[in-house]
Amino acid sequence: MTDFLQLDSVTVQFGALRAVDDVSIRVREGERRAIIGPNGAGKTTLFNAITGVVAATSGQVIFAGKDVTRAPVHVRARRGMSRTFQITNLFPNLTVAENMRLAVRGLSPRKFSFFGTDALDAEETRRAGAALEISRLHTRRDAAVKELSYGEQRQLEMAMALVAQPKLLLLDEPAAGLSPAERVIVSDIIRALPRDLTLVLIEHDMDLILSLVDYVTCLNNGKLLVEAPPSEIRGNSDVQDVYLGKARHNA
Amino acid sequence: MASPAPNPAPDSTALPARDTGMSRLAMGAIALGALAFAVLPLILPTYQVSILTEVLIFAVLAMAVDILAGYTGRTPLCHGAIFGVSTYVVVYWTSQMGGSPYVGVGLGIAAATFVAAIFALLAIRTSGVYFLLLTLALGMIVWGVCLRWTSVTGGENGLRGAVRPAALADGFSFYYAVFAAVAVVAFVMWRFVRSPFGLTLRGIRDSESRMRSLGYNVPAHLFLAFTISGFFAGIAGALYAMFNDFVSPSTVGLSQSVEGLLMAITGGIGTLFGAFIGSFAIIGLENLVSLYTERWQSVLGAMFVLIMIFAPEGILGRIRSFVAQRRR
Ligand SMILES: Nc1ncnc2c1ncn2[C@@H]1O[C@H](COP(=O)(O)OP(=O)(O)OP(=O)(O)O)[C@@H](O)[C@H]1O
Ligand SMILES: [Mg+2]
Repeated sequence: MTDFLQLDSVTVQFGALRAVDDVSIRVREGERRAIIGPNGAGKTTLFNAITGVVAATSGQVIFAGKDVTRAPVHVRARRGMSRTFQITNLFPNLTVAENMRLAVRGLSPRKFSFFGTDALDAEETRRAGAALEISRLHTRRDAAVKELSYGEQRQLEMAMALVAQPKLLLLDEPAAGLSPAERVIVSDIIRALPRDLTLVLIEHDMDLILSLVDYVTCLNNGKLLVEAPPSEIRGNSDVQDVYLGKARHNA
Repeated sequence: MASPAPNPAPDSTALPARDTGMSRLAMGAIALGALAFAVLPLILPTYQVSILTEVLIFAVLAMAVDILAGYTGRTPLCHGAIFGVSTYVVVYWTSQMGGSPYVGVGLGIAAATFVAAIFALLAIRTSGVYFLLLTLALGMIVWGVCLRWTSVTGGENGLRGAVRPAALADGFSFYYAVFAAVAVVAFVMWRFVRSPFGLTLRGIRDSESRMRSLGYNVPAHLFLAFTISGFFAGIAGALYAMFNDFVSPSTVGLSQSVEGLLMAITGGIGTLFGAFIGSFAIIGLENLVSLYTERWQSVLGAMFVLIMIFAPEGILGRIRSFVAQRRR
């Protein structure tokens, strides 16, 4: 009933590879969900199927009560989906402020203003300022994005996804590659999110997951392996086998 | 672990100063350039004034190319054809139909915009070298039609016009009419690239996938950008009809498209007003070189290679990055 995001037997096939294989997931409104799984498990591909970057080969994506399986990316964004990218995906030649302007205006008709001023209005400026503040980038707004540190770029990824005031926020490994101090910023940002926002988070860092989410879904080889509350996920033997076991191999 | 304030301090919401206008230096340079174009005809002989007229007209074409190549990240090779469609329509309307030149200019620009919209529908889903080749092919179709449709276009012989209004018959007053028109068009284009829509185009240039996920309908924006760019190329083509009073297939030919692009690149892609420098450099060189040799195309090619090697960001782009470095 209150399922906000519902995946029904979603499969994404690349040639012979089933990157996502018959996955059904239900996320309630306001829930914070983590998706875990070893490298290549299909987590990012699942995000791409949810947001429309790749089309589901079969199955259905239902968002806020509407079937969006065939809707293009920008239509899903207008319905309230917002995401960050695992591989930083910003506008490198523009400034932080310009990146934010594009993020704020994505859902506003003002983006079709051909000769108007490029400045944001008061309300948009406040929102952009708040998102930059939360992401600790408010002193960097005139910097070109390509000159930001990696950590700052990751923070901007979050700020841009947040400022659209989405109903569903999808974060793809927001803390990967960050220093411990920068990870704190990321978990602060997530904690400061409005409680009615639905969040789906791909993350490898167990400590981060345990402290942030309500429920965990583990994928392996494109298939749904286990769903459990965070307190049980560590002890789950299947998860230990594929996920923690593999991590130990990698170490 | 302090929780962030919901309302940032007023100073942090203020817009950065450099985004509200352009730097003093840039404004000074533009004023100087405009002054040069305003004063030069007073001291130049008639023939050079006509070259300067051509420089201004082709600067508009190069700016139209820059909207796509520099701001949108799509390098077109069909703008000579779009430009030339406008020229053909203006010349045909005035000479074959005996219509008024002002109506002709309007019709020419409308025709160019229409052709650009059709090209846009076909080309916007491609990018990179595919976009380049597809637009090249589309331009070649226009050229082929102008060459073969002899009953209307005069084929290889082209059409001689009676375009220029009597009031602008002498080269001197015509120059200042073009100067005024180009100043207005350049200002409008400047506002356009600095508008929210202009920023959208730069976003598409940097990351289409991010733009889509932010809610932008990327193909729709590309369609509009292409069509608007064609509209501006059409203005240049209509001015050229008045300037040249003659049109032939070479006006819509590939070399015209290449020249427009070279001017944009030479001036500095993504700088808009670099188009004036590029147009001046290429047309100036063309006239200079043709005094000594017939091999203008080879010289043009060599010059292009040198620019790509030593100043790929173009003359204005080079100056900009030099100034930026000095400021540090
Ligand atoms: N566009 C694509 N075309 C072909 N194969 C793809 C494509 N995208 C992903 N894959 C493949 O699908 C599988 C799942 O990839 P995906 O990126 O979803 O994994 P992941 O769980 O996000 O891994 P990681 O933890 O490394 O980010 C991989 O084998 C990958 O090579
Ligand atoms: Mg991934």
